[in-house]
Amino acid sequence: MGTAYTPGLKVSPGTIVRKQRRLPLKGRVLVNVGDRVSAADVVARTDIPGIIQTVKVAEVLGLEPAEAMAALQVKEGDEVTAGQIFAETKSFFGLIRSECKTPFTGRVELISPTTGHVGVRLPSKPVEVSAYINGTVAEVMENEGVVVETYGALVQGIFGVGGERMGRLAMAVDSPDDVLTEDRIREAHAGAVIVGGSGVTLGALRRAANGGVLGVVVGAIVDTDLVEYLGHDIGVAITGHEDISTTLILTEGFGSIAMAARTFALLKSLEGRDVSINGATQIRAGVIRPEIIAPLDVKPDAAEAWAQGQILDIGTSIRVIREPYFGRLGTVTKLPPELVEVESGAVVRILEARLNDGAEVVVPRANVEIIEE
Amino acid sequence: MAEIKSILATDCGSTTTKAILIEKQGDEYRLVVRGEAPTTVEAPFDDVTVGVVNAVSEVEELAGRKILDETGHIITPMREDGSGVDLYLSTSSAGGGLQMTVAGVVKAMSAESAERAALGAGAIIIDVIAVDDGRKDYEKVKRIRELRPDMILCSGGTDGGTVKHLVELAEMLVSADPQPRLGIGLRLPVIYAGNKEAREPVKEVLGDKVDLRIVDNLRPTLDRENLDPAREAIHEIFLQHVMQQAPGYGKLSDWVSSGIMSTPNAVGKIIQTVAEQMKMNVLAADIGGATTDVFSVFNGTYNRTVSANLGMSYSICNVLAEAGTSDISRWAPFDVNEADLRNTLRNKMIRPTTIPQSLRDLRIEQAVAREALRLAFEHHKTLARSLKGVQTVRNIGEIMEQKETGATLVNLMSLNMIIGSGGVLSHAPRRVEAAYMVLDAYQPEGITMLAVDSIFMMPQLGVLSTVHPEAAAQVFERDCLIKLGSVIAPIGKMKPGEIACSVTIDGEAHDVPFGSLKLVPLTAGEVREVTIKPGGRMDVGAGKGREMAATVEGGAVGVIIDCRGRPMTLPDDARSRVEKLREWHIALGLEVE
Repeated sequence: MGTAYTPGLKVSPGTIVRKQRRLPLKGRVLVNVGDRVSAADVVARTDIPGIIQTVKVAEVLGLEPAEAMAALQVKEGDEVTAGQIFAETKSFFGLIRSECKTPFTGRVELISPTTGHVGVRLPSKPVEVSAYINGTVAEVMENEGVVVETYGALVQGIFGVGGERMGRLAMAVDSPDDVLTEDRIREAHAGAVIVGGSGVTLGALRRAANGGVLGVVVGAIVDTDLVEYLGHDIGVAITGHEDISTTLILTEGFGSIAMAARTFALLKSLEGRDVSINGATQIRAGVIRPEIIAPLDVKPDAAEAWAQGQILDIGTSIRVIREPYFGRLGTVTKLPPELVEVESGAVVRILEARLNDGAEVVVPRANVEIIEE
Repeated sequence: MAEIKSILATDCGSTTTKAILIEKQGDEYRLVVRGEAPTTVEAPFDDVTVGVVNAVSEVEELAGRKILDETGHIITPMREDGSGVDLYLSTSSAGGGLQMTVAGVVKAMSAESAERAALGAGAIIIDVIAVDDGRKDYEKVKRIRELRPDMILCSGGTDGGTVKHLVELAEMLVSADPQPRLGIGLRLPVIYAGNKEAREPVKEVLGDKVDLRIVDNLRPTLDRENLDPAREAIHEIFLQHVMQQAPGYGKLSDWVSSGIMSTPNAVGKIIQTVAEQMKMNVLAADIGGATTDVFSVFNGTYNRTVSANLGMSYSICNVLAEAGTSDISRWAPFDVNEADLRNTLRNKMIRPTTIPQSLRDLRIEQAVAREALRLAFEHHKTLARSLKGVQTVRNIGEIMEQKETGATLVNLMSLNMIIGSGGVLSHAPRRVEAAYMVLDAYQPEGITMLAVDSIFMMPQLGVLSTVHPEAAAQVFERDCLIKLGSVIAPIGKMKPGEIACSVTIDGEAHDVPFGSLKLVPLTAGEVREVTIKPGGRMDVGAGKGREMAATVEGGAVGVIIDCRGRPMTLPDDARSRVEKLREWHIALGLEVE
């Protein structure tokens, strides 16, 4: 036995899913524990205070800050509207008038005798948080948000771009080895989350985006196509805020890699159901993986727990996730306990495996993923 | 203080918590064992001490003695039955480290000094705001609001100088109403280290809207920086505020014998201690999965920079984005397909713990490391520089050389030692590979010792150096540092094939043509007096073509004579470049693929 690299990705036909829905600032929670909520329901709301815009009164009037203060016609706390006169001076027996108007509507919050500036706080903007999944409110964090819980199928991808979307799941290919090409995207896919196989072409992605497809779930993508689709390169692996209309979730990686058969079969069984997806990915402290959640109607007696600590053993099905056998499938044949020097010179724990084409190979244990049967 | 016999130190990194046990053996302190466990600041644990206890349990097993009591607490001081330790210390960079925004009046002056203060205190700078940074006020306000730093350092104005601009900065902060990253509803700590005349007006504006601390001006006059008071305030807030909000740190703070230090701050301390004790100019780089830190001490001036998005796993694609595929593949001794390279690096990013199995894969990873190190070094050079805006009396030579104020302090010819740290360097399958990466990335000049940190224990030794400098220095010298050997690298350019340098070691002359590398075996601890005769247009420190005597030291690699010229250039056409790289690999005893 031994450990394989596992990104801890969940592919479950039924599990309890809990999603924390939190406001960026303190605000009001609109639901109670036990309430049934739909994905689009607003569960918490707050007002983000507007920023303060500065009106440089002294500079506009050409006065020293102290003189400008004397000419002010507003005080802290006053509500003001754009165009309103803030300060006025008269000189030469009242014949020459200078005035300073506010270009902003808001509330005067700051008057600075040192700089001669007046700060106008712009009106607040409401911010709402939706439930994101159909479910029940399991927990209320006072003034901050809620935890929504549901029983459903959950598929975590390895990498994604684009934010939260809710739509119906539709299969766009027949097999996990199929590439999602432009011709496979139909008008009926508008408003849906579609599933492809081993990859997606740039043309298909563009057609999906133009045709109102909310999400694309595939095994892999060629990196240059992703960069082209986004219009920019991805540096750090923190995603989810891209300005794109179609969220993309990869289940396997980059290049051309067939979607794991189990993942494909599970998604196929969910065809036609409403799903909530999110491409947000963060691969460092506080790991976030993209996800596809399909709430199910059944009320389970005992939902499947999160699978932990997958174990490598003789006979375990694996996929190699690094060169020189990248993407190849096989079965573990030996797990020698001693450290072994591999071609690169690194001395590591290895396993021996028979690949599906019959080749017998040695691979570092850190370079394989277990395929759940 | 009673005699310290046993010291335990942990470093809580963002992914791994590392524990080391140091004991006094006879007259000297030595590393005994090292243990590690995953860091546990995230769900489901949400408590850093779980990972600490796990790492310490491994130390217990390996050392065969008891350190934790029945309740899982570290026993201090050491008991008569031999259980426990006399000192327990810790550093931390978990939970995103210390994230700061700094503000100043003039970007190239006070804002830059503030940046140096914060970086030196171990922070990651998420934004630098200055009155003259070219952004509109509302853009700055929006940015301050979005970023949610752990604290803000506000500086500007020499003492007795501008007040107005500082009040404007304070007004901007009030407008943004910034919230701290940790602890919803808490007031954001703001350190004011600007013109002392502006303290009261700034206090009036900021009022109780933020948690304001006032310290001495970090740039009291144009020609003087006073960074220590601001750095101390940052460290104090890090302990009192940031650490208390992070999961489990309240508990960890009760366990340690001295305050928890931020990891880079601790590494900086040990580098400074070493530079001071050995009277050397030192450059150190720690290349991690997400970030690369660079530390330098030149003529006693310490600088640290962090390139937050240059690393070998999480940030590997940012190296790709910044350097481009051609700059990475230029270091590979074979042809590289651009699309394959991009897919390979992306797959490393999403599965960061995989390791290179094939030699080809290893060479690609080492090519990325060269670029990450180079880019982080470029960044370091721009910040580690003399004060800008200072009027200096210059002699005719300096005028001719067009030396300006604000010139970088990094002088490779006067650099004595480069220390590399981080997995790709410390765990390179062959030590010569680490030396080769450092050579290409930094291109040292003259005579420079190359070294690597054996198991990355510089953070723990850094925090130890503040409590027990003797123990820290002994363990650093004996157990932490692995010397690779001296490099002799003349600067200048000659025709390919002409003898660029002749080095006489033990009576044997090693003639090295321009464009070549030569490795001369010399094991660790062996020191030799050598004669170096550079070619006519080459300079090894004594002037062009001037012979000099020098002392070189061996190491895990030996003495490398690098006659590839400075600045080093690679052939433009792919075929010649690959040929040249193969030649250099072979010269260093390395296989190509």
